[in-house]
Amino acid sequence: MNDQVDRSRRQLLTAAVVGYGAVGVGFVAVPFIASWQPSARAKALGAPVTVDASKLEEGQMLKILWRGQPVFIVRRSKAVVEQLGNHDDRLADPKSNDSLQPAYIKDSGAARARNSEYWIGLAVCTHLGCSPLGAFEPNNALQVLGTDLGQNWPGGFYCPCHGSKFDISGRVFKSMPAPKNLTVPSYTFAGDARIVIGEDELPKST
Amino acid sequence: MVAAPESTDTSKGLIGWIDQRFPLTALWRSQVAEYYAPKNFNFWYYFGSLAMLVLVNQLITGIFLAMDYKPSAAEAFGSVEYIMRDVNWGWLIRYMHSTGASAFFIVVYLHMFRALLYGSHRKPRELLWIFGCVIFLALMAEGFLGYVLPWGNMSFWGAQVIVSLFGSLPVIGGGLVDWIRGDYVIADATLNRFFALHVAALPLALVFLVIAHLMALHEVGSNNPDGIEIKEHKDPQGHPLDGIPFHPYYTVKDLVGVMGFLLLFCAVIFFAPTFGGLFMESPNFEPANVLQTPPHIAPVWYFTPFYAMLRAVPSFAGTQVWGVMVLGASVLILFFVPWLDRSPVLSIRYRGPIYKIMLAIFVVSFITLGVCGLKPPAGIYPLLAKICTTLYFAFFVLMPFYTKFERVKPVPERVTGHV
Repeated sequence: MNDQVDRSRRQLLTAAVVGYGAVGVGFVAVPFIASWQPSARAKALGAPVTVDASKLEEGQMLKILWRGQPVFIVRRSKAVVEQLGNHDDRLADPKSNDSLQPAYIKDSGAARARNSEYWIGLAVCTHLGCSPLGAFEPNNALQVLGTDLGQNWPGGFYCPCHGSKFDISGRVFKSMPAPKNLTVPSYTFAGDARIVIGEDELPKST
Repeated sequence: MVAAPESTDTSKGLIGWIDQRFPLTALWRSQVAEYYAPKNFNFWYYFGSLAMLVLVNQLITGIFLAMDYKPSAAEAFGSVEYIMRDVNWGWLIRYMHSTGASAFFIVVYLHMFRALLYGSHRKPRELLWIFGCVIFLALMAEGFLGYVLPWGNMSFWGAQVIVSLFGSLPVIGGGLVDWIRGDYVIADATLNRFFALHVAALPLALVFLVIAHLMALHEVGSNNPDGIEIKEHKDPQGHPLDGIPFHPYYTVKDLVGVMGFLLLFCAVIFFAPTFGGLFMESPNFEPANVLQTPPHIAPVWYFTPFYAMLRAVPSFAGTQVWGVMVLGASVLILFFVPWLDRSPVLSIRYRGPIYKIMLAIFVVSFITLGVCGLKPPAGIYPLLAKICTTLYFAFFVLMPFYTKFERVKPVPERVTGHV
């Protein structure tokens, strides 16, 4: 038996084995952590959706599912669209600088739409993911669930969970729990009222 | 042949056979029959053993519920209705479990309040308190995950709101939310993994944490309503003069507490299992519907104080992360209480009036926050929630000052009231 213990050699070997083991644990952890990511099936179900909005009357709203998320399609009258620029001073983010939308939506200004007649946006409140309700009639007090939206309400959305208010372009008013405007997904038109949600451009026909 | 060890009473018979292979008698003596606890325990000392009782209730009823429950988005709601209507005594087992969840939080809140009354978190019991805080965190996670499983509309939208909290974290938020959900929405994958966490991962963690909590307790010994150290006065055998063996004295006392508790517990199970919508919310009797937000989303009562604090904070600089930070801080600040409290005495009996007033304000604001969290964010409630959130944090943040400088009464050498 050798009484002389080579401590530095023992330390080196111990450190090497611990380090080797830690790397192994790190690699083994990857599949377990990655298994929580959306599966191939979940990703496949996230494909674009085509909606025919031609039967929508002015002031009506369609709610469809895309990627399992509710999407609003609102048909707005010309009068409503022309009013949109008049209440920018009451909005938290009138130019949609801090909000999520494709660049072509941001560039469209107050309309936040490719075609100002149709407003398309996620029916998911940017506060905590509730679904806002439509309250499109302007100047109408006590519209939604007994909530007084005020005499100068321009028409828009009201979130019943925490009281956030949005205008009819999904732009949030000042001092609301929601920090951002409603998110607009990428979409494009495949005809006058055929809307493809989840795609920026129609795939080029070959 | 190896000689048998010297013969004692316990080396014979079955117990003796076991004792030579496992420290059964030694454990019984050191942890129960000869574990000396202060003799002046009062009403507030029921809630530790009651929390254990409720944990056992949750484990047993939970195992039996899992036998008939189906953790899939298509079947979950129906399988819970099947348990309620078709499974023999299924309604009773489910109500025991759902009422047990609320009972768990009631006894744990009272157990934590006891620590604030008598300084049970103070040196040398800091780690005991920290284990307790981790148990509380695990319990909150367990309660949330369990609430999602019936897949009612409130389950679904509650999960939506809580999981979205992670989305407000900068940079990683969006990816983290998809990772937690396993989909782009709360979906089948989410329900299935929440089930796995609720029935396997967290119960396992809870049981180990409770064992660690008890080991820390038995290492340092129990505090008492006088907040004095009974180990400083021992009899010639080395037992504390103001201590009595846990068994039979406190096993019997705790049984009285169990009787009183079960009386109330059974009354709720049999006569008011939904407790007027507090223990089970009415939107949860409808299946989950992604297109139909309940008009008012409120968590179950035991989360509402924290939910009210989340809502009390407005979004600022384009993000609502501040509310989430306040929510996190409101729980994490509990971990620091042993060091925030600088009073020379432990028990409220010998503290001055300031601590008593602060504790009373804290309790009132916590209960008020609970009410605010149940109500829609309109009228007086948002302002009330803001005030009470401030008071909640003031109790902790100002604690080093008001506990350090207030005049305290002299602490007796020995426990009082049981001479």
